[in-house]
Amino acid sequence: WEHVEQVKLLDRFSTSNKSLTGTLYLTATHLLFIDSSQRETWILHHHIAAVEKLPLTTSGCPLVIQCKNFRIVHFVVPRERDCHDIYNSLLQLSRTAKYEDLYAFSYNPKQNESEQVKGWQLIDLAEEYKRMGVPNDYWQLSDANRDYKICETYPRELYVPRTASKPIIVGSSKFRSKGRFPVLSYYHKNKEAAICRCSQPLSGFSARCLEDEHMLQAISKANPSNRYMYVMDTRPKLNAMANRAAGKGYENEDNYSNIRFQFVGIENIHVMRSSLQKLLEVSGTRGLSVNDFLSGLESSGWLRHIKAVLDAAVFLAKAIAVESASVLVHCSDGWDRTSQVCSLGALLLDSYYRTIKGFMVLIEKDWISFGHKFSDRCCQLDGDPKEISPVFTQFLESVWNLTEQFPQAFEFNEAFLLQIHEHVHSCQFGNFLGNCQKEREELKLKEKTYSLWPFLLAEQKKYQNPLYNPDFSPELTLLEPNTVSFNFKFWRNMYHQFDRSMHPRQSVFNLIMNTSEQNKQLEEDIKELEAKIKQRNGRSDVVLVKEQEQTAPPAPLALKSPPCFQKEQPPVPVNDAVRTIEGSNAADNRYSELVSEFSKAEPAVVSLEYGVARMTC
Amino acid sequence: MYPFFYRPMFEVLEDGWSSFLLEQEFEHLSSVTNEWRLSCVNKDFSVCPSYPPVVIVPKSIDDEALRKVALFRYGGRFPVLSYYHKKNGMAMLRSSQPLTGTNGRRCKEDEKLINATLRSGRRGFVIDTRPLNVAQQARAKGGGFEQEVHYPQWRRIHKYIERFHILQESFIKLVEACNDQSHNMDRWLSKLEASNWLTHIKELLTAACLAAQCIDREGASVLVHGSEGTDSTLQVTSLAQIILDPRCRTIRGFEALVVREWLQAGHPFQQRCAQSAYSNSKQKWEAPVFLLFLECVWQIHRQFPCSFEFNEHFLILLFEHAYASQFGTFLGNNESERAKLKLPQKTMSLWSWVNRPEELSRFQNPIYEANSLVIWPSVAPQSLQLWEGIFLRWNRPSRFLEEAEEERINIIKYNKELQAKKTRLGTVSSLGSCSVSELGTVSAEAGTLYLQLCG
Repeated sequence: WEHVEQVKLLDRFSTSNKSLTGTLYLTATHLLFIDSSQRETWILHHHIAAVEKLPLTTSGCPLVIQCKNFRIVHFVVPRERDCHDIYNSLLQLSRTAKYEDLYAFSYNPKQNESEQVKGWQLIDLAEEYKRMGVPNDYWQLSDANRDYKICETYPRELYVPRTASKPIIVGSSKFRSKGRFPVLSYYHKNKEAAICRCSQPLSGFSARCLEDEHMLQAISKANPSNRYMYVMDTRPKLNAMANRAAGKGYENEDNYSNIRFQFVGIENIHVMRSSLQKLLEVSGTRGLSVNDFLSGLESSGWLRHIKAVLDAAVFLAKAIAVESASVLVHCSDGWDRTSQVCSLGALLLDSYYRTIKGFMVLIEKDWISFGHKFSDRCCQLDGDPKEISPVFTQFLESVWNLTEQFPQAFEFNEAFLLQIHEHVHSCQFGNFLGNCQKEREELKLKEKTYSLWPFLLAEQKKYQNPLYNPDFSPELTLLEPNTVSFNFKFWRNMYHQFDRSMHPRQSVFNLIMNTSEQNKQLEEDIKELEAKIKQRNGRSDVVLVKEQEQTAPPAPLALKSPPCFQKEQPPVPVNDAVRTIEGSNAADNRYSELVSEFSKAEPAVVSLEYGVARMTC
Repeated sequence: MYPFFYRPMFEVLEDGWSSFLLEQEFEHLSSVTNEWRLSCVNKDFSVCPSYPPVVIVPKSIDDEALRKVALFRYGGRFPVLSYYHKKNGMAMLRSSQPLTGTNGRRCKEDEKLINATLRSGRRGFVIDTRPLNVAQQARAKGGGFEQEVHYPQWRRIHKYIERFHILQESFIKLVEACNDQSHNMDRWLSKLEASNWLTHIKELLTAACLAAQCIDREGASVLVHGSEGTDSTLQVTSLAQIILDPRCRTIRGFEALVVREWLQAGHPFQQRCAQSAYSNSKQKWEAPVFLLFLECVWQIHRQFPCSFEFNEHFLILLFEHAYASQFGTFLGNNESERAKLKLPQKTMSLWSWVNRPEELSRFQNPIYEANSLVIWPSVAPQSLQLWEGIFLRWNRPSRFLEEAEEERINIIKYNKELQAKKTRLGTVSSLGSCSVSELGTVSAEAGTLYLQLCG
């Protein structure tokens, strides 16, 4: 099939089955729906999480598509045969067997090779460690993992205490799950304290490893301000204990000197996956009552998990900022909860990570380079569904909660977080492909694909927070969020991003964004005008300008509509204000796109050379 | 009581007691329709003790008929005009329940009165804020509802809105939940749910949207009532006006709405707001009816933040003054009591104070842009929020949020300054060909004239 006509797109929350009629097209990369008023809905194949065919109705065959960006579209296809064809094609297209078939390998943004290379060099982690203040007297770059010989899922460049010799590193790595021995994640130069990360020790019930004990001692000694260090096991105690039976487990305080051991109780990836599933079930219910929503929110446990993650980050940040103590963070394998806690902790400690560029660096460091398994967690390839988990989404949601509490502390806005979430799943850029750096090198991503970050920077106007105040928290002052339960809210703009009927009809955020943007333009214009006047009339005219400013003469514009009559003017109609009521009558769809920057369609970017997909039947 | 001793420290520019007279409202109405009249049948409060001395009724209904209808409605609250929708000439009426009793009493004048608001051949809607079974039970106590046989042109919709002690308990539970910061997430969410407060918000908003929809979308007139017609009825009629009428979204318009639909309409403020709002009171007549209304306005405000001339602080101000105030505005249960207490002579009106320019500036919404359209809010649970300005005001550090709000205002202000400066400079720069000495004498008006001549 090339296209199917007379397809209906239903409103997900409509109770009166309001719909748009249009034509459905399939391209090599996207599913495209064009309605009768020529509005386009683009859905990337990689974004499709599930396709479901519902029982035939009188109006046709319903097809529900769930996307990883939480968009849910509900089509009704007139003929069952067509529906079946679409269903099969989407199933095939959304399940990719090998990396080379992902969008990133065919995506062509018309950049030349040197731009591509420069794009990948934009985020330089070696620079980042320098910025933190390492190497220094206590910390050095280790070449132990230069060839991925000690740990395949770690990056090549790792920072360790100077006193940790190669045999200690090797010994310690053998005592840690997947060889993920303790390494530096963040160095706080004022407190001389470090955030280190690793995986669980293979301690079982009684095993110990002298090299590992030395490794921890080296970390505590690398901190001249406080010889005690915290070991944070981010798992619930029960889970950690259960791991001992499998020869894994946690550190025995008796064997390690000067450590304080602490569990913080973040649940595992499976609990998180089913929690999100429950949350989506609840929020997707039509005609939902307030109490069903609140009890669903509670029983899903989602906000409880977000709070647990942020509480752990606050604990970590305080240990560093208040006690000047170094902290070693781990979970089981050290790539999910550990990434969450280390990155959020650093975000609370260092205002650099609250800038647009700094946030990119943070993600590159704690998530991408340290081997968070993006491919498995986001299901980039058709694989084990038990590996899928919204760990990174939780990180973004925790950051969003912080931006809500500290509206002036972040250079970026919510749209930035949503856009990153979009591209973690889009497989359009190379950054998040694969599970670790070694795998990415093997895939030659830097040659064959493009980096997301230069594209986000190029359009950073869209992602700037107009309220951002760089002086809000000078470098290295701790951000102390209040984690009382009522401060955590359901993230409507994430989970209902595409359900326009749920959002405010007028957005203060957009208004402030536009006004702030306009202010910059006006400043430019004024500068130009001033220069023009000065140039033309000499100095005496500048005096005149000042006089006129003081006396504030009526401007020509004001003559046409004197300010005192402005209230009598017919108000300008706001075209998105018309809407019916949900509950009494369904929300309809006749409104212009609410938040234009959230619109994900990228027609210009879709590579047409692949043309329309072949018919599958 | 304090309002009787309070001596204002400000100059009264406008006496708030006479700022919002129904006569003015009627004058406004007369400019668009002549189907209505002002009736003084209640001038001595004898026909309906909880109504104001003047009311607006259909022109074709005389005072004699009104007296008869008053006997047929609970507390004498016969149907009166609450809102006239200029766009299509539809009307919203409010009243109390009809006294049909068990034997199905009827009142021809009552039928005639409300039928007078219908266009020929069109139907109207009665929105009864009680569930059907409660309305039916009310017949045993002499109350009742409009039966189809006698009101064939009206369709009755029962849209239940919670009242009295249930509302008060809900409120107390919510305040308790908000005041305990030690709750873990599950406990907080279950407490929030158990309070039912947001459910009441959703139900009330839905009812108001329903009334507004009947008028604006269905082109039908609407009669709203519950039992007494002094609580849920007023919530629905006043909120429907917020949705339908852009005037009610201005500061003065909102004040007029509160006066018309709450104070003059006889909402018993003295009984409902007897104690402090946060106290754990179980007094029988206490209920946060007005607060629920204000919170619904706040919810709509959140969804249409540019459509209201006032800001959140204005709503909080009204909430506070309804419970405790140095002003006499919210004293008493109705206009009759206020007249007896001679409040206009003996106390100061809240409006006298709040409408002074220096006070008003605190309550203005910097991003207001008049929006003449009907504004339909979303009532999905995901779209509703807890009103933190009321419920978490003592429990939550708000400094960062306030600073951010200030920054937003600064951006808007700065924009206006820049616009003005650019316009001025534009004028000066286009005068460029004049010599400096000429320019010195050119007045601003001449300057712009010059501009127009030169094109």
